[in-house]
Amino acid sequence: MAATSGTPTGSPAPGSDPVLIDVEQPPGPASERSPNTVLLAVGLAYLVAVAVFMTYDIQGSLSFALELRAKKLLAMTLVGTGLATAAVLFHTMTGNRILTPVLIGLDSLYILIQSVSVAFFGALTFVSFDERIRFAVAVAIMVAFVLVLDAIFLRRAVTDLPLLVLGGIVLGGMFTSLAALVIRLIDPNEFLILEDLLFASFTLVNEELLVISGVVIAVGLALVARVRRTLDVIALGRPTAISLGADYDRVNRRLIVLIAVLVAVPTALVGPVTFLGLLASNATYELTRSFRHHVTVPISSLAAATLLIAAQFVLEELLDFATRPSIIVGFVGGIVFIVLVLREVR
Amino acid sequence: MTPAVATGERRRGSRILGSAAALAVVLFVVSIFIGASSASLADVIRDEGAARTIFVESRLPRSIAIVLAGASIAVAGAIMQALTQNRFVAPSTAGTTEAAILGVALVTVVSPASAVGYKMVVATVFALGGTLLFVWLIQRVRSRDIIVVPLIGIMLGAVMQSIAWFIALRFSFLQSLYAWLIGDFSGTIAGRYELLYVVGAAGVIAYVFADRFTLAGVGRDFSVNVGLNYDRTIVGGMVLVSIVAGITVVVVGTIPFWGLIVPNLASLLVGDNQRRLLPIVAAVGAAGLLAGDILARTIRYPAEVPVGTIIGVLGGLTFLYLLIRSRS
Repeated sequence: MAATSGTPTGSPAPGSDPVLIDVEQPPGPASERSPNTVLLAVGLAYLVAVAVFMTYDIQGSLSFALELRAKKLLAMTLVGTGLATAAVLFHTMTGNRILTPVLIGLDSLYILIQSVSVAFFGALTFVSFDERIRFAVAVAIMVAFVLVLDAIFLRRAVTDLPLLVLGGIVLGGMFTSLAALVIRLIDPNEFLILEDLLFASFTLVNEELLVISGVVIAVGLALVARVRRTLDVIALGRPTAISLGADYDRVNRRLIVLIAVLVAVPTALVGPVTFLGLLASNATYELTRSFRHHVTVPISSLAAATLLIAAQFVLEELLDFATRPSIIVGFVGGIVFIVLVLREVR
Repeated sequence: MTPAVATGERRRGSRILGSAAALAVVLFVVSIFIGASSASLADVIRDEGAARTIFVESRLPRSIAIVLAGASIAVAGAIMQALTQNRFVAPSTAGTTEAAILGVALVTVVSPASAVGYKMVVATVFALGGTLLFVWLIQRVRSRDIIVVPLIGIMLGAVMQSIAWFIALRFSFLQSLYAWLIGDFSGTIAGRYELLYVVGAAGVIAYVFADRFTLAGVGRDFSVNVGLNYDRTIVGGMVLVSIVAGITVVVVGTIPFWGLIVPNLASLLVGDNQRRLLPIVAAVGAAGLLAGDILARTIRYPAEVPVGTIIGVLGGLTFLYLLIRSRS
């Protein structure tokens, strides 16, 4: 309904803008790698990362170390899978590969939720709440936010990218400035606890939540697998998809819910890891030159997990826990993104 | 454009400028007489109690600082938009603000005891570096795309912010960094805001060169054709923007979206001619920030809310509304 009124007569449809980087870009003639080769290579990289991460420099109790590291690995794999899949789906929905669900302000919203909770309940009280409840509330608020946003203007924004991007930047800015006010009011000792919640950390993850998140993300992946062919058609853009018989608007409306869940669950589990999905999915497009979901979803999920493991490893072994993995990912991810755009747009 | 239309537009422009400026003057007067302690005009004239001291040391400096910051941040945004020919480029979407923040974070670690002036110079130099890097990047991309250009700026900003956050986390001053980032005039007293006059001067210089920025925005070939030194104009414009961004970030903090909202609002009203646009941008910027600060001081009277938060929320909502309206 709203989607049909989204393209104003007179101005060209956003999808036809030649400078936008479309997912459906024709494969470059130079690099014709088979997707299977790439999948094998990325899978191998993941296994190597897992092996090194599990076995490197174990001191003390072997079983304790292995259990701890396995939990971290599972968390990183889940987070990587969720965020990378959400990014790929978002690209499919918007027909643009440089966007990320983070742009609609979800990370900032998470930071706001955590800051307000700590300010309202007090850090110690808040941290002593049942972790499952904190997790469920954060996920619910984030998903509800996306649904409200969708109802207000996202549906039109999908066909109107500038609106989507700017709306997201502005919403993110609003959440950040509210969070900054709350953070200013918090007692410095309490802030130290909040600080732990604001940056993704894999060191202490609740086992039960890990299982719950695993189930949710697995269900999401199963859904994606079931409709992967429809998604391939959706990625061709609205006019083509409709002429090929896909119910473009209905699928997109469901897709946004799935994307919201796939971003909200990892974020509520460990904290925001901005740019991870964007980075992994774009690396995948570069390597495979494919936009078919049975190729891009598994490869970018594995790539994201591998990146996280590598960042965590560098952090633990080389930087001696000097910072947070999300800061490393943000730094590297931003640079890689800029390089990608520089190469693509020219 | 026929002369009649041009005259009509000009008249409309002057009318808008007149009302915005009048509004700014009224709000300036209101702003002076609002505060936790009473200082009425009569008390100030009779020099009763601390009234005159409050007036001279706190009220007047605060209102002047708001006018200078509000007007010049908005003008800086307008210059960037003219130079890049992109409505959505502003110090906050071009890496400028984040670069200034990174500069301040570095100074805080390297020489924490340094004077405010020194911090400002570092912040300005960093802001300039970040902005020039952005300009270099978008020229290489050669894209005028309305999304790609600000998105590059946002990513550049994210990279610099992650370095700043790294430093702040490492040296445990993340909370103070957050606190200091929100624009706030409650600490503005005589002796602590005077560097903002430099920012005001940058705004005036920008007005003088407004036509050149418009020309340079059209592109290198065109500007060289009409006899403009393109590179010097771009760098000159970005130096002005960086001075504004660097100094205001240190003295005031950040005012979210200000360089984005005000010029867009103004160009909705009067179109894109820079020479006509800039005075209106300055007047609307000053009036808007005065209004925001008055609200910040009265909403929880006698306590204050930082004006950065007020602008972040109300300005954000206004901008969203404009955005949705302009596209439907």
